[in-house]
Amino acid sequence: MMNATTAEHMRQVVDDVYRSESRRVFATLIRLLGDFDLAEEALHEAFAAAVEQWTRDGMPSHPRAWLVSAGRFKAIDAMRRRIRLDASLAARATTLEPTTPPLGETDDVEIEDDRLRLIFTCCHPALPPDAQVAMTLRAVCGLTTEEIAHAFLTAPPTLAQRIVRAKRKIRDARIPYEVPSAKDLPDRLDAVLRVVYLVFNEGYSASSGRSLTRHDLSAEAIRLGRLLIALLPEPEVVGLLALMLLHDARRAARTSRTGELVLLDDQDRSLWNRNQIREGVLLLERAQSSGRVGPYTIQAAIAAVHAQAPNSAATNWAQIVGLYDLLWQANPSPVVELNRAVAVAMRDGPLAGLARLDAILARGDLTDYHLAHAARADLCRRLGRTAEARVSYEQALDLARQEPERRFLARRLSELQA
Amino acid sequence: MQYMLLIYFDEHALSETERQACYAESTQLAQQLHACGQYLAANPLHPTSVATSVRVRDGKRFVTDGPFAETHEQLGGYFLIDAKHLDEAITVAARLPMVRQGTIEIRPVIELPGLPTE
Repeated sequence: MMNATTAEHMRQVVDDVYRSESRRVFATLIRLLGDFDLAEEALHEAFAAAVEQWTRDGMPSHPRAWLVSAGRFKAIDAMRRRIRLDASLAARATTLEPTTPPLGETDDVEIEDDRLRLIFTCCHPALPPDAQVAMTLRAVCGLTTEEIAHAFLTAPPTLAQRIVRAKRKIRDARIPYEVPSAKDLPDRLDAVLRVVYLVFNEGYSASSGRSLTRHDLSAEAIRLGRLLIALLPEPEVVGLLALMLLHDARRAARTSRTGELVLLDDQDRSLWNRNQIREGVLLLERAQSSGRVGPYTIQAAIAAVHAQAPNSAATNWAQIVGLYDLLWQANPSPVVELNRAVAVAMRDGPLAGLARLDAILARGDLTDYHLAHAARADLCRRLGRTAEARVSYEQALDLARQEPERRFLARRLSELQA
Repeated sequence: MQYMLLIYFDEHALSETERQACYAESTQLAQQLHACGQYLAANPLHPTSVATSVRVRDGKRFVTDGPFAETHEQLGGYFLIDAKHLDEAITVAARLPMVRQGTIEIRPVIELPGLPTE
């Protein structure tokens, strides 16, 4: 007989299963039902049914397969009921039925593939970049619309609309629910990694708002990185996780107790997370041993040099400049050039760095990027060119949108005026 | 699923030789698509200098010279294809000759019931 305690216990069990399995079950239901909204509804119905049935009959031997089957049958039932109201659903319901395998036959490999299919669909280049991020966090990570909106400082209705539009495009343009073919995989994987890194960066150094970091987003990106490695252990996937772990290892040292920004040179390195650095370095070695070294792996190598140096002065800046040269070949972007100029300044002195930095700005690149002006200000300050430093700090301050960064720049500026 | 591939490019930037080469390459592509059952229709269009726009407002007909909108790149032709999903349509679009110079806009087609078929 069922009593209140067993019911309560089973609810706990189902909650645990929900946490560990709901994203997998959801990914598979999308494939089986061919629709995100139907799958979401079916997922919730399946878990509701689980609370009831598992309490009565005990937990099934393979809960994941049970939930997939339950979800699918609930969806077909719901469709049958709706057919009376909407004839267009009739066709879809019939196409679902013949493919229905008997309960429990859905195998685990296929289910893991579904998670990968879901990631590639959410990060499809035919979706706008902000929608790719929103869809990935919503569908793959299971964050609520409110959580995502909060993390990106967007109004929840705006974010909800972005997701609705993305789902509509996936359906109407028929964006496939497939892992891309070998020929398209490198490009498509780049898009996925870009989304993961974007989520990480927004968490690691928020583009605007009150705090420097948003740990929830970095943690989510790292979780995504781990999932991707389990599903698709390509060198750059490994390199990206290494990069994220190595950067995130410095998190505790990047802000003071009062929330002020602390630059790399001034960080208390005893606060760096050594376990995370160790894991990052191991992953980096694994990515490098593949012989196919891409931009994320190179950036991880740079982060590893910093992470293993006892202090700024003892950092092997020549090695860092060399790695930036390599990165520049793989990804010739002005931001890479900026970072290389800063590394050159550390190796050869501020004057050498400033010459390179001014060449970038003279081209008109990065003139809207606050960190380019902040870097220039810092080099001028070190050269004793106070007036120039002041102008650059002011330009940086005009462009910076994040409050700890703004306070840092204002502090440096006032130090120069004193 | 049917996809309309709309071919946009700067019609003034195309020489007569390039145009003829584009026709030849497109015809060949159409034959290849036909052979694998993906081809539905395709045509180049005369330039926008010979376009005519028509509107009817309050029962009154307005006919004007020129295209619907003046744009930097103009609609110069189309392919109507059958593809399993968007990725397959993108693969076909990437094979059109004008993709190297202009832009191919892919639009899924709404298949209305009740339209005449051949």
